[in-house]
This record gives sequence, C-alpha cells and structure tokens, in this order.
Amino acid sequence: MPPGAYMTRLDPMATNGDTSKTTYLLAVGTKKGLWLGTSTDRSNYSFTGPHFLMNEIPSIGIDTRNGATRILVGVRSEHWGPTVAHSDDLGATWSEPENGAITFPADTEAALERVWQLQPDTAERPGVVWAGCEPISVWKSTDGGEHFELNRGLWDHPHRTEWGAGFGGAAAHTVLPSPSDPNTIHIAMSTGGVYRSTDGGESWEPRNRGIGADFMPDETPEFGQCVHKVARDAVKPEVLYAQNHGGVYRTDDNGDTWTSIAEGLPADFGFTMMAHPRRSGTAWVVPITADSERIPPGGQLAVHRTDDGGASWTRLAEGVVEPDYNVVLRDAASVDTAEPVGVYFGTRGGTVYASADEGNTFTPVLKQLPDVLCVRAAAVEL
Amino acid sequence: MPEVTVLIPSLLRPLTGGQEQLRLDVGGGATVAELLDAIGGGFPTFGRRVRDETGALRRFVNIYLDGDDVRRMAGLATPVAAGQELMIIQSVAGG
Repeated sequence: MPPGAYMTRLDPMATNGDTSKTTYLLAVGTKKGLWLGTSTDRSNYSFTGPHFLMNEIPSIGIDTRNGATRILVGVRSEHWGPTVAHSDDLGATWSEPENGAITFPADTEAALERVWQLQPDTAERPGVVWAGCEPISVWKSTDGGEHFELNRGLWDHPHRTEWGAGFGGAAAHTVLPSPSDPNTIHIAMSTGGVYRSTDGGESWEPRNRGIGADFMPDETPEFGQCVHKVARDAVKPEVLYAQNHGGVYRTDDNGDTWTSIAEGLPADFGFTMMAHPRRSGTAWVVPITADSERIPPGGQLAVHRTDDGGASWTRLAEGVVEPDYNVVLRDAASVDTAEPVGVYFGTRGGTVYASADEGNTFTPVLKQLPDVLCVRAAAVEL
Repeated sequence: MPEVTVLIPSLLRPLTGGQEQLRLDVGGGATVAELLDAIGGGFPTFGRRVRDETGALRRFVNIYLDGDDVRRMAGLATPVAAGQELMIIQSVAGG
C-alpha cells in the first residue's frame, strides 16, 4: 500500500463531530463480573456493576444498529458453565433464551466452554451477529444474538484435529465479516491462525503465509500459528492487521500474504489489535515484551498507533500510570466509532483507560477491578 | 406418592421459581439423570447450569444422594428410590 493512499470512509454511525448530546457507553468484562459506564465526555463516567458477580465476562458486543442499543455478553461461571445474555436497557435487566443462545448440536458430542467473541455484522446486515467460541467454532445469529447456528464448514474442517490450545484454551477468538462482500469472512484462532471463507462460511482456507510460528519446528507452517488478534481496515476490506504470538503483520491481499509491520515498535509480542473505524491505515497495538517476558517493555505500559499502515508507529502513554507490569489481553482493548475515535483498554491489574482523542491522552476511569478480559465502547442513543 | 426430594442450591433458586426444594415422583425408581431431565423439562435454564449439552454433569457441580457423592457411585446412572434426598451443590472452584 503506497504512502498517501489512506482514505477516510464516511460512516453514518459516526457522530460527525456533534458530540454535545452524545452518550458514550463503556462495557468492561472482567474475571468476576461486568461493569457498565456512561459518559458525555469519555473521561468522567458513571458506572454500574458488578453485573453477573462471580462470573467471568470474556466477550461483549454492543449492537447499535436498528436505532437501539443491545449489549450482548458472554458469561461463564466456573460452576454453572457458559451462556450468552443480552440487555436492551443498558444493563438494567438481562435476558437469556431458556435453552441457550449457543448450544452444540447433539451429533457433535461437544459442549460449549466459553464464548470468546460476539461481533455484530455491518449495518447493512441487521440482526446478524457472529460468535467465536471454545472449543474452536464459529456461530452465526440472524436474530440479534438470541440464537446462534453452528458453522458446519469450520466445525467439520479437516485441520480440526491439528488445531491446538493456547494458554487460555482452544478458541476461535476473532470473527471479521467483510463489509464489502457478505461471502467473505476472516477468523482467527489460537492455535491455528487465520482462516478465510469466500463462500459465506461453507468452506475455510488457512491464510497465514508470512506469519511466523516460532514455537513450532516449521516456523512458517500453512496453519498452526497463534494469531492473537486481527482487525480489518476501515476503507480497504482486503487490508487487515494482525498481532501474532511474536510478530505484527499487515496483509494487502485479503490474507493471501502477510508482511511484517513490527519495525518501529518496542516489541512484536502482544495480544491486541485495533483498527480505525473510518480512516484507512490507522491501527493501535499494546506491545508486550516477549513470550518469555509478559510485561509491558520495561514496565512502561503504552499504546502504539500507526497512521500509515504500519510503516511507522507513535508511542502513546500520556495519562497512563507507570510503572505497570500487567498485560492487556486480546479483547481488553477497543475503539468506538465516534469522532474523534475513542480508544480504550484494561489491564489484568484491573485498571481501565479511556481516550477521547485517538489515544493521544488517556484517563484512568476504573481501577483495581478483577482482571479485565474484554472492553467495548460505543456512542449510543438514550 | 413415591417421591424424592431435590435440594436446590441458593444461587440457582431464581431458576426454579424460588423453590428451595423440589419433590419428584419417581414411581418405581429413577436414575439421577432422569430426575435432572425432569427438572430441566420444567426449568430449562436450571438444567443448563447443572449439566452441559452433552448431558454431562458440570465439573464443579456435585450431587449427593443421601450424603454420598454420586460420582463415587454410578454417576448420573445412579438409581434413586422414593424417600431419598438429592442435594445439588457447587464444589470448590475459582480464585
């Protein structure tokens, strides 16, 4: 992608700079419950919580399509198992289908362990919500996340027996439907790497060429990588950014080939990857020193942003308390769709930061929570 | 009526209409699994909390029959007779 080729996509979801009446919702899923905050300035929040006390919340989806706000959460109790709940009143009440939103069909002889991802599709596909789960599986809902259907193409994939488990479990943790083509979906799993479907999920092919796997004998296998998170470029859907288990990459050809964009970062390990919702070429990562040293480099926690597709990176740490030796997990960082874009992240030490200016300055908005597993934010209508 | 008593853990009582215990007619006898099927038929969300979709008892849920852990007996196939008491309780888990 040549320099200067980055563009901005008009997005009806953006607030077009009129932020005077906007309410911002921040949802924080932790190992022991969910906190929900609202704010008018993305700095001062009013929080409720913990919702679902003593349940971990590994996944959150905020669906602002259809002129309403639905919060979807993956909930998991060590005792009572996993489920998916939703709220249409900003967490005042919660519902879950009696028979479960995600339930493995009997013939699979499998049981749901954890819901890792709840991803509303584009505004042009209202009602469609994707889920990525453990054991490794992808699910699709067409009723706003109340009932999901197992994607059989991936479940029956011949590679399944060779996929492995990362430390957190064997899961499909990233689902990225393409806004330009309803038949194209990228997913990422740990371990297995990136897979792509171009036929609406009927079949899936690994797309990891160029992505390393330094924990395997063959360091460039067709699949088996531990890709931690992938985000799609806002303007060019064939461009994606990946934070790997060692390595930061970009693809310009829909995942066919990946090239390193790690130069300029203090470390190429990490868990998060975020892309700007409208501007091409802008992405954020939170570097961690290495697989063998899982702390921010030197204990100096910072977000790094590129505005040129990864050719260069800017360190962003204003307002971040140092030192901090906690990592930011793969879904514990997120952006909203407002203007300017908000950037949010939470640590395993329980601090949650918000930025209302694309990461230039951060404000700690929650402290000393349980481990933060998932953060999602959105501008909402009240 | 030949009944067994099933004690519901406090955390799950909202899923059984607030009932602390359920009395089930077992006729000539039933297994633990059949009793859980019967309860789950009336309270599906309760059923999902205790067993996963394969029918397996969740790892950190214990069931005691007159004080004995059914895992040390025949598991969910353990027979239950009228007059016995089944206790469902969460075990030790978490940090």
